[in-house]
Amino acid sequence: MPANVARQLNPLRWLGVPVLICAVFSLLLATPIRAFGMQLPEPVFAMVPAFAWAMIRPSVLPPFALLLLGLYLDVLWGGPTGLWPACLLVAYAPVLVLRNVLAGQSFVAMWIWYACSCALAFGFGTYLLMLDAGAMPSLIAVGWQWLVTAALYPFAHSLIERYEDADVRFR
Amino acid sequence: MSLRDSPLGALKVPLTWTAAVALIVAVIAALAFLLGDRRETLRASAYDRVRRSADTVTAPVGKVLSAPVHWAGGIGDYLGSYIDAAGENRRLKVQVAADRQWRDEALRLREENARYRALMGVKTDPPITTVFARTLTDARGPFSNTRLADAGSDKGVIEGNPVLAEHGLVGRVTGVAPGVSRIMMLTDTESRTPVMVARTNARAILTGDGGPSPRLDYLRTHDPVVEGDRVTTSGDGGVYPRGLPVGVVVKELGGGWRVVLDSDASPVDYVQILLFRDFSQLISKPTLDSKAIPSAATEPPRDPPPIAAPAKPKPKPGAAASAAAASVAGKPAVSDKPAAAHAAKPHEGAPSPADAVHKPTTKPAADAPMHKPNPAKPASTKPAGGKPTAKPGAPKPDAPKPHKPPPPDQEAAPF
Repeated sequence: MPANVARQLNPLRWLGVPVLICAVFSLLLATPIRAFGMQLPEPVFAMVPAFAWAMIRPSVLPPFALLLLGLYLDVLWGGPTGLWPACLLVAYAPVLVLRNVLAGQSFVAMWIWYACSCALAFGFGTYLLMLDAGAMPSLIAVGWQWLVTAALYPFAHSLIERYEDADVRFR
Repeated sequence: MSLRDSPLGALKVPLTWTAAVALIVAVIAALAFLLGDRRETLRASAYDRVRRSADTVTAPVGKVLSAPVHWAGGIGDYLGSYIDAAGENRRLKVQVAADRQWRDEALRLREENARYRALMGVKTDPPITTVFARTLTDARGPFSNTRLADAGSDKGVIEGNPVLAEHGLVGRVTGVAPGVSRIMMLTDTESRTPVMVARTNARAILTGDGGPSPRLDYLRTHDPVVEGDRVTTSGDGGVYPRGLPVGVVVKELGGGWRVVLDSDASPVDYVQILLFRDFSQLISKPTLDSKAIPSAATEPPRDPPPIAAPAKPKPKPGAAASAAAASVAGKPAVSDKPAAAHAAKPHEGAPSPADAVHKPTTKPAADAPMHKPNPAKPASTKPAGGKPTAKPGAPKPDAPKPHKPPPPDQEAAPF
């Protein structure tokens, strides 16, 4: 067994780097770009680590990393503070509970589970915003953002593949 | 000594449990943040220091990132106009011919409006100072539709200022920091804008829902709107000035009404921030709060009139108001003074009936000529003191009943 595999997983590698990548990509997509007269979609990159971290291993750090990432999205997008942290954590929690059930499933099956967790997060966000603003967001707009976010599963898959077996204690 | 070597090192807690505890703590923190959020209000305190600092940091980054986009857009426009120069020239000639007719009509209407304003003594709105800015970031999701613009408190921008793009209203400022301001778009779920249909003056509230076309809510009257009607700001509430172009009405599949925004006609790269102050910003809240609340015991005693002799019926204008004033004072109406001089005087504290009788108002009311027309000489149509004059023969409104004046905060409240 190689020595580097037997080592414990460095939190900066499996938590810090994805957080940084999500922050940068979210900022890039926040530029006012229009292509062919249409606005570009705005996927929620933070859903990728929210799903992948729960699959990789249970840990104390990911919930707080998601809290920080969600607060960053709220500040960047100017939304209600606390909305995206709550949505990301709501997506993270059931995956963490079902981790043993989901492990080992096929790529397509996992994509469907990822889309379901995204739907849960967006549904919870819609509900919270209804309570906060007293008005229902456009379901078409919610569905459109859910669709482009669900399309990001290959990134989550690569993150899971990279770190799922990295810590020998969680094989 | 490490934890493993300590006596607590033998304590084994399942990692899933600790992860669950961490998850619960994080969820509680997120909900606490959400409950404390007040971004939809116009108060400057609602936009906390963290957001201001974050916007200040994000603005230069967004400026750098959006610069290539603006350059690319400029190059594309240049190339497009160069290639399509001949066709554009033809279109512009047709448009100029059509616009010339509109210009003549506009000049005629402007002159006519100026005469009407002079005749009626209408007080026109003062011109509004504007600040131009460039948008740096754009949030376009269903839960938040906001933009950052590179003009902030250093240029006089404050929370609540309306923001216009090239073709129409886009939103209002909800947060300000030095050099940068946050604009809440009309499409944001928390955006509520008082608007009116230009054709019928029907009032409505433009409600954003994260989609591209906001809803028209709270429409009143029967069939107040048809497809294609233009929508402008109504000015109700004082947050927006009246008459800013908003968009065109379309019918949605469910039967409701939506507005296709004028500002969608072109990219919202550059915006114009109107340094417009609404009522709530003009009036100092501490000043309002410092005023003493009038006593509740302002209603005069309702004693029966001591003299049973009925008042002479006088057909003079204002008699009803005099009677009202006198009845409040506990005496029959015998004064020949203009009714408004008594009736319009509000009670301050609880004046005794004797004061009202023995201390007649010698100073004529400012609007006395309005209430005492000379039958032989019709009232002049010339504005007096900036107020419209009553037409001869027109039904005279009753003088206002003397009552406790409303508290100032009711007049100042924007909604």
